[in-house]
Amino acid sequence: MKIGILVNEGPYQHQASDSAYMFAKAAIAKGHEIFRVFFYHDGVNNASRLTAPPTDDRNVVNRWSQLAQDHNIDMVVCIAAAQRRGMMDDNEAKRQGKDASNIAPAFRISGLGQLVEAGIQCDRLVTFGD
Amino acid sequence: MTDEMDMEEGGVVKKFMFVNRKAPYGTIYALESLEVVLISAAFEQDVSLAFVDDGVYQLMKNVNTDGIEMKSFSKTYRALEGYDIEKLYVEKESMEARGLTEDDLIVDVQVISQSEMGDLMNEQDVVLSF
Repeated sequence: MKIGILVNEGPYQHQASDSAYMFAKAAIAKGHEIFRVFFYHDGVNNASRLTAPPTDDRNVVNRWSQLAQDHNIDMVVCIAAAQRRGMMDDNEAKRQGKDASNIAPAFRISGLGQLVEAGIQCDRLVTFGD
Repeated sequence: MTDEMDMEEGGVVKKFMFVNRKAPYGTIYALESLEVVLISAAFEQDVSLAFVDDGVYQLMKNVNTDGIEMKSFSKTYRALEGYDIEKLYVEKESMEARGLTEDDLIVDVQVISQSEMGDLMNEQDVVLSF
């Protein structure tokens, strides 16, 4: 089955991102395809490479990056939600005149059309959030 | 969005329902839900909006947000018609529990019962809940 995932909450504050990650891993293990993971609302904060959680805790951002790299998953951060919350890639930082970018590897910033497209293309679009 | 993008989806038309469950201000969910709804119009899908729980407050007339220093987006619901988004459903039980009637709402809607809403959700291909 072709599956899309929507993550609507930030890391650590809320379990949504953890559950989405475990769901993605389990789906892949069962032979399903993860077409795209889309990060929206505070979910965009899952893409910050500047997070520094305690070393004895899970690293939410790094394990998303790793999963995406291992299984070639498209991970998209909503640009409108990202701009509001200070999530930038190099291009966007330059465009906005900011002195730094903060997006982690394997994430990319794009528009909400990518979420709608996932809804159209996937057999299931699964939402994680409140 | 461009016609080219619509072409890329290969003419697939799915039934999309956006379920709005939260009050318009206090959290950003309602505003960002509206942003997805507007984008979805560009993909020429069969879009409907449901308003349940505190989500019915999103459609209230005469909202003044000056006191909370937030931009009011009430008018955007009126603009949906211009995007060919005309299926707006309000759950009767949610509306009544909050002492509201259709006259309190800023746009024309179809008021349906909780069980009718359930049936409608069942018919959808994609349900996005905010």
